[in-house]
Amino acid sequence: MKERIETLDTFPKLLMHHARVRPQRPAIREKDLGIWQTWTWHEFAEEVRAIAAALAALGLKRGEHFALVGDNRPRLYATMAAGQCLGAIPVPLYQDAVAAEMAFPIQNAGIAVAFAEDQEQVDKLLEIAPQCASLTRIVYDDPRGLRHYAKDKLVAYDDLLGQGRERLKANPALIDDEIAKGAGADTAAMFFTSGTTGVAKGVVHTHTSLIGPSRTAAELERLGDADVVLAYLPPAWIGQNIFSVAQAYVTGYCICCPEAAETVMTDMREIGPTYYFAPPRVLENLLTQVSIRMEDASRVKRWLYRSFMGVAQRVGGAILDGKRVSLADRLLYAIGDVLVYGPLRNVLGMSRVKVGYTAGEAIGPDLFKFYRSIGINLKQLYGSTETAVFVCIQPDGQVKPDTVGPAVPGVELKFTPERELVVRGPGLFREYYKNPQATAEVKDRDGWFHTGDAGYFDADGHVKIIDRVKDVGRLANGTLFAPKYLENKLKFFPYIREAVCFGHERDRVCAFINIDPEAVGNWAEKRNMPYSGYTDLASRPEVHDLVRECIERVNADLAAEPEIANSQIHRFLILHKELDADDGELTRTRKVRRGYIAEKYAPLIDALYAGRDSVHVQAQVKYEDGRTGTFSADLHIENARTFPPAAAERAA
Amino acid sequence: MILAVEGVSLSFGGVRALQDVSFDVKEHEIRAIIGPNGAGKSSMLNVLNGVYRPQKGKIAFRGREFRGMDPRRAASLGIARTFQNIALFKGMSVLDNVMSGRNLKMRCNFLQQALWLGPAKREELEHRRAAEEIIDFLEIQHIRRTPVGRLPYGLQKRVELARALAAEPVVLLLDEPMAGMNLEEKQDMCRFVLHVNDHYGTTIVLIEHDMGVVMDISNRVVVLDYGRKIADGTPGEVRRDQKVIDAYLGVARA
Repeated sequence: MKERIETLDTFPKLLMHHARVRPQRPAIREKDLGIWQTWTWHEFAEEVRAIAAALAALGLKRGEHFALVGDNRPRLYATMAAGQCLGAIPVPLYQDAVAAEMAFPIQNAGIAVAFAEDQEQVDKLLEIAPQCASLTRIVYDDPRGLRHYAKDKLVAYDDLLGQGRERLKANPALIDDEIAKGAGADTAAMFFTSGTTGVAKGVVHTHTSLIGPSRTAAELERLGDADVVLAYLPPAWIGQNIFSVAQAYVTGYCICCPEAAETVMTDMREIGPTYYFAPPRVLENLLTQVSIRMEDASRVKRWLYRSFMGVAQRVGGAILDGKRVSLADRLLYAIGDVLVYGPLRNVLGMSRVKVGYTAGEAIGPDLFKFYRSIGINLKQLYGSTETAVFVCIQPDGQVKPDTVGPAVPGVELKFTPERELVVRGPGLFREYYKNPQATAEVKDRDGWFHTGDAGYFDADGHVKIIDRVKDVGRLANGTLFAPKYLENKLKFFPYIREAVCFGHERDRVCAFINIDPEAVGNWAEKRNMPYSGYTDLASRPEVHDLVRECIERVNADLAAEPEIANSQIHRFLILHKELDADDGELTRTRKVRRGYIAEKYAPLIDALYAGRDSVHVQAQVKYEDGRTGTFSADLHIENARTFPPAAAERAA
Repeated sequence: MILAVEGVSLSFGGVRALQDVSFDVKEHEIRAIIGPNGAGKSSMLNVLNGVYRPQKGKIAFRGREFRGMDPRRAASLGIARTFQNIALFKGMSVLDNVMSGRNLKMRCNFLQQALWLGPAKREELEHRRAAEEIIDFLEIQHIRRTPVGRLPYGLQKRVELARALAAEPVVLLLDEPMAGMNLEEKQDMCRFVLHVNDHYGTTIVLIEHDMGVVMDISNRVVVLDYGRKIADGTPGEVRRDQKVIDAYLGVARA
């Protein structure tokens, strides 16, 4: 059987394999009306077959692209697979993108058929329909609110399912014939990169380039059909696709779709996933919530938490890595496990996690160690959309907070003289869709993909990524300036949600800060400080003091690291608004768009470096309903204490 | 015509809260009652569901005339309501609050429920399903288990709407559903009111202070001032009515 599944080279073939081999095992679950509903592999495959038959009747053809817009839902994944059965190419789009952002991919790929989860997504598609002449059919899942819509473009998923079943009755082999025509070298899916720079590009992956790395990684982590995954990140992001489609199809494990974005925590606790992925930001939010709740706990509980977390920090990681730890410490850790770590893992929904990955951004070492110290096997992963995720994985027992591990078997790595990491391997994308120039820029003649990330190999041959090549800069005096490294250090404080550091070709480093409204709000409530919202909080002198303390602690840390001691943060301001993807300041995966921010807030940066005490801002703000308004206020600029390298210990 | 109010007068001692008010509500429409503070809007709603008994006048529900409603009868006829100052069970979860809205639909007796007998269990499952559908409809899944008292105001209002809907009402009376909400919450609430009207076909009578909201979502509007009806018509007609403009903007009264 093992041999057989390895000869299957496309996703539809794998799907039908599971439907035959493990028909009664759960393939996908969704919480609906408060109850987890299960589709077995058999049921899921039947649904896919029916939808495929109906999509064929709608005119979806081999090699044609189709769009999917929605949250993680069984029907979205069924439609995705159904299209693949016909040899069509799914293009998942970010469900929280505004309508205008969806126009480009649809025009670019000449998409005719789109799947939309609900009224919200249908509205967006209809809004851009006049600009997208190719778009002729919108398949919708949830009919709520759509009753009075003109039906010329809309098709209900339920109707499609019925039609498909009828067609299959007449011609049962219809879809199986289509599946048999597919080959591994065919395009399997196209992912639009969120576009940190410039316009979005469609990253073209074949079945082979997605299946290969997924299989290697699954074998590395010994994943099987008993594993369970919670699918809660946008389906348009390749990582979610790897975890909820590619690896599920390779191993036959079950994916679970949460009820709504707000219920992820509860759903995760109910499901108890065994295989988990979270970007650092999510892990950070979880820890912030834990910290906030601990602050509210009784004195005894706080004492227990603090003392046992001390033990965990000291020996937890070593125990997980299988290193030698004294019997006394093991005993202490075991008691802590019963009293603190176990319940904590349970609250986080991570009691059953066998392997957890984090990637997307560098993770703060303290944050990373926190999860490992309480016994969660969290590991770092390195990859990108263009590499089908898996480039580096930290193997069990060799997990370090500051590296992303060695190359995955089959992947070749090297660094260019400019310290840029280049990759060659089975997971590389074929091309950027209709954009040979961009393809040539990142994929050279020998097949090396230029990641744009700067770093080096450490003594054990693990890859250490410090920043984006284009972001690594130098201060005016020539010393290294890695902004992301500083920002990550700042963001580890629960009170700081986002930071943007400036310093390239400047004499010193200055920073923009976004406070975390939840954590700071809680802090303010405890001090009986009334406030009306983010902007109000951000303008309080007490909050400035709080942030200054955090920055000074970072400065003390930095002073201890000779190479970057010059990167201490001299001046900062708290931004009047939260950085937002809707305003173009963050990418959809919530990475800071440094260049855009520097441009947009240029007067603020000038004020930081001019040594002024305050700066007047007048900003245009986009409300959620699409209207714009203006905001004006004076932002205070504060100085932070910096330390000469020798004084580091004293201050810390 | 689902509801007809004819010549209703209500007074508390010397205060004449309503004076000879008549209007009707058509099946499936959104009917608004507006007016300045103290115009008698809430009194009117309280008359409709029988909290107050008018001294004069009649109410007809689907052609059946009542001299005065009483709340229990109103509820069993299918008239549900929400309150201006939220009347939920603060210590109970959202789910339990919504389930309590199905109280009148429960048929099993105390003993069956206490012993968790077959029929009681089946019934409970059925009601839970209905409650969950409403929770899904109003997008409050994430607070299903949260005690109502811990929720922000806007969400409590939504939970109250959920509880009223749980009774599967024919007519839904909403007492200032948008009061005290911010713009976003108001928009959400409007969306839900329209969805309820569209999806369940519920006739909605709503009292509102916020003219903008009312004009956007209602089919017809009754305007009260000092207990009297001063206008009745579509939002467009009402907006142009001089008496309404005077009542809202105020004129020097002789």
